[in-house]
Parts: sequence; C-alpha cells; structure tokens
Amino acid sequence: MTLPFPILIILVPLITAFFIPIIGWWRRDLCYPLVIVALSVSTLSSVFILHLVEEGGTIHYYLGSWDPPWGIEYVIDHLNAFMAIIVSAISLIVALSSKRSVERELPQKVVYFYCLFLLQVTGLLGIVVTGDMFNLYVFLEIASLAGYALIAIGEDGAPFASFNYMIYGTIGACFYLLSVGYLYVVTGSLNMADLSRILPDLYHSKVVLMAFAFFIVGVGLKMALFPLHVWLPDAYTYAPSAVSALVAPLMTKVGAYVLIRIVFTVFTPSFSISLIPATTILSWVAVIAILFGCILALGQTDLKRMLAYVLIAEVGYIALGVGLANKAGLTGAILHILNDALMMTCLFLVVGAILYKVGLRNIHQFTYLHRKMPITMAAFTVAALSVIGIPPTCGFFSKWYLVLGAIDANQWLFAVVLLVSSLLNAILFFRVIENIYFEPANAHGEGAHEEISVDEAPLSMLIPILVVTAGILSLGVLSGKIISSVIQFAVPAGL
Amino acid sequence: MELIISKYNYWVYIILMMIGFYAMIGKRNLVKKLVGMNIFQTAIILYFVSTGAKRGASIPIVEGGHGEAIHAIHAAHYVNPLPHVLMLTAIVVMVSTFGVALALIIMLYRRYNTLEEDEILELRK
Repeated sequence: MTLPFPILIILVPLITAFFIPIIGWWRRDLCYPLVIVALSVSTLSSVFILHLVEEGGTIHYYLGSWDPPWGIEYVIDHLNAFMAIIVSAISLIVALSSKRSVERELPQKVVYFYCLFLLQVTGLLGIVVTGDMFNLYVFLEIASLAGYALIAIGEDGAPFASFNYMIYGTIGACFYLLSVGYLYVVTGSLNMADLSRILPDLYHSKVVLMAFAFFIVGVGLKMALFPLHVWLPDAYTYAPSAVSALVAPLMTKVGAYVLIRIVFTVFTPSFSISLIPATTILSWVAVIAILFGCILALGQTDLKRMLAYVLIAEVGYIALGVGLANKAGLTGAILHILNDALMMTCLFLVVGAILYKVGLRNIHQFTYLHRKMPITMAAFTVAALSVIGIPPTCGFFSKWYLVLGAIDANQWLFAVVLLVSSLLNAILFFRVIENIYFEPANAHGEGAHEEISVDEAPLSMLIPILVVTAGILSLGVLSGKIISSVIQFAVPAGL
Repeated sequence: MELIISKYNYWVYIILMMIGFYAMIGKRNLVKKLVGMNIFQTAIILYFVSTGAKRGASIPIVEGGHGEAIHAIHAAHYVNPLPHVLMLTAIVVMVSTFGVALALIIMLYRRYNTLEEDEILELRK
C-alpha cells in the first residue's frame, strides 16, 4: 500500500518553488498566496499522515517503486510525522506573517525571497521524511543553501555572516557525507533501516567508530551545538526578520532530529550508550552549551542577538535530553523540540513586529512599548515565561521531563544546571520585560506622561503571533496527551 | 610502508582533505577559503570514487543479459557504480555551494572593496 502523502509533503513546496519565479515575473502579488497554499497542503498532509501513523503504524513510501535498499525509501513513523507537522506548521505561520515585513525590508526581492523560502522548507521537510542516508545529505544541503542565500539578503553584516555560516555549514555537510561513505564501505547500504540491521555485527570496527564521530561533529555543526556554534549569532542577527523567524526555530531543531535518528535508530542505543561513551560526552557538552548560551545572552543589548544566544542554550537542552539517553530525558528532548520551535517562532516574530513598527532592537530603548503595542508585548511576555519555564506554559513541561531524566540518570549536577539556567533565563527576560513595562526611574519629569497612543503591528503579523502564543499556552496543558499519543512511540525501544 | 603504498589513494585523500581544511580555517582571505573548500570537497569525491574502483574490473554492464542465459556473475569483475553515481549528485551540490559562495563574495567585494577577512572586520566596527 503506497499512499502518496509522504511525497506530497515535499513535492508541493518544491514544485511551487520552481513556479514562483515564473508566476512572479508575470504577477508579483500572486507569490504570497501561492506560498500559503503550498505550505497549507504540506501541513494538511503531515497532519493526515500523523493520523495514519497513529492508526496503522509506520508508513513506507518507495520512490519510483524501487524496493529498499536499492531505491530511496521515505519512512514516516511517529517521530517523523511529529517533526513534519512542526516544520510545516511553523513555516506556514511564518509565511503568513512575512508579507508586510518582506515588502518593507526587501522590496525588490519579494519573488526570490518566496522562492528561497519554499526551497528551505522543502529541504527541512525532506530531511524529516527520508529514510535514506544519502538522500538526507542532499536535503540537508538544499536547506542549507537556501538558508545561506536567505540570510545573505539581510542588513549590513549579513553577507559576511552568511559566508562564515557557509564555510562552517559546508564542513558539517562534508563530514556527514564522509561518514555516510564510511558506513557504505563497511555495510554496502545507504538505507537507515538496513544499516541498523547490518551495523551491530560491525560495532567494533574502527571505521564505524570514525563514521559515528564524523556524524556527531557534522550534525553538531549544523545544529550549532556549543563549541561548533560560532556561525549562529551573527547569521541569525543580521538575517531579515522573516528569515530569522523561519530559520532559527527550524534549522536547529531539524539538526536535533537528525542527531536523534542517528544516535538511536541508525546506531542502536546500546552502541551509543555503553560501547562508546558518546551520550555521556554529549550531555557534558550540552551542559556547557546551556550555561554558555545563557551567560553570553546576558551580555547582549540587541534583542535579536540575545535570542540567538538563548537559542544556543535551547539546543543544549535538546542535546542534553539526547545525551541522558533514558526515557524521561528523551521524552523531554522531543517535547522540547516542539516547545522550543513554538517559543522561538513567537519571540522572533515579536522582534520582527517591533522592527516593523518602531525599528528598535536595543532593549534599553523599549520603554513605553507596552502602551504602544500591548498585544505584541503580552505575547512576548508569555513566550519569555515559557523559555524560563513557568508552569502553565509549555516550556515548563519539557524542562520538567529533562530534570526527571537527569535525576533518573543519577546526574544531579545536570539537574542543578537545568535549574540554574532557568534562573539565568529569568534574569535575562525580566531585564527586557522591565524595560518594556516599567517607566525609567529618571523620567518622572514633564515628558513622562505624554499620551502614547496604541499603534499595534498590522493584523497579518499580529494573528500569527497570537496563534503561536495560544499554542504555547495550550500545548502546555495538552503536553500529557501529546506524550501519550505521539512521543512515547517516538522514543526508541531499549531505553 | 606496505600500508602506505597499497592504500595510497586513501592517503592522498586524507592529505588533500587536510590541506583544504587548513585553508578553510586558517586562511584570512575569503577566496583562499573558498579554494580550500573546493579542495576539501574534491578530496571527498576522490575517497568515494576510489572505494568503488577495482583493479582489472570492467564497467558494470552484464553481457548477454537479454534473452541469453546469464552466466554466473562475479562481483569482482565489475566496478561498483554506486559511489560514482552518489558523487554525481554530490558534485551538483558542491557546484551549487560554490555558486552561492561566489555570489556572496561578489556582494562582499561590492560593499567593502576588499576580500581580506581582517579588513572587513575592521570596516564593520
């Protein structure tokens, strides 16, 4: 039984991306609705496919009807379907809100922007649905190349940041390719399921160990795990705001997904945990990443750059969950992929709205912003509370599972670091919130009480922000249901 | 010595890759970085292609396939075509990376009138 939905998820944005330059050449204003339609189809197919997976288990789709391991196979299990929904839904929301800010920031390049936007989403979705190692490399590069181009069209420092990102990204992709080559040499297969069957007999081979090491470093570069994060702050700060809102939540999360796939599906958990101390090293690196990200974020006054450092810390959380390698930890990691994607989307969309309306990024200039844009600032506060981890918001629940995982693993230090990082996040965000909501102490003179009229962001930006905020609040309440219906099946057996 | 000579293609690939890697990380000129990136990627192509090659083997086309009775096929008589095909795709990826990189370099040169990393950082302060 081959239903066409796995391929539809990718094919619709891919083909639309090719049609956009042609249609945009004829009528420019058609690009935006076309993007929305394409991404809606992707989102609907992913939701439908999750439904199918929940009923009938893993779905396989053979491209061109070639059976694996000869042909390329698309595999959708609970984790893939979950990721596909995150990627397609977030990109749909970002696309919805992008209209005004793109017209303002990139007036000449609307057509090309949307073309690249769809290519990026295609690459990310492709990474998520494919079951073939080499195919994953190709999609990784599609996503990255579109990402380099999208970042480069930003403000002053963007081309240089993008060039640096490209150098690091290419090293990462080449390491990935090299490790695929190593695995191919010893197993003769590129199919993930096939590899996981053949590999256990070869676990003591040095080639397999090298392949694993290259994997971790390559994927670590792509997901900006701590010592390999150097490209991220510049690239995400200088990118156009619609691009930051797309790339920041998704690219790192998809990298985290690839990490989970490789550590626990291609290699068995027993290899990654006990044969070599990979997960232990990973969790120590992750702990440093969390502290490093939070502390460096404290030193920033540019809101967008501060969020970029927060993102490095968030990647650390996910890597820590993977590194703990027990049920609670991995549940927390997978849940955090969803939650963090939502939080980061919300924060970067708010930054985009502020930039669009008042053109400010320095947090010390945000005074009285709550009177000018009350709804946007309320959304910002909710997302900030979620990053800190205050109970009704979804950020609390994933941190809860991560702490539980750390305690299960008898790593009290990790639990302490998680709590300390919450405190640091609290300092970080209350500093911004204070600037927004409270009047400066020295401004009680004559000008302090002048009327500031409400001047909200346009509806096309406000509605996506509100949708994501509602998501943050409701997913917190629903997280038990998400875990019991999706994530518990996504956690690999044997943990 | 035996190890080096019998597997010299792999040693060449490692040396090339390290040269490229050094240029990407160590050089301060953006074009040199780009050249390093190309050497790095080409080294990987060399690795893949040499894994598929076999001494004295022919191209993987089975003689007398259609209609005639097929004799036993020995894998050792044929080159493994799959790594080569993979590299075709990888070359396409690498060429497009190179294209994007060149476009970025043109953008940078137009803006800063230099391609030295240090000078660009100086100008951006």
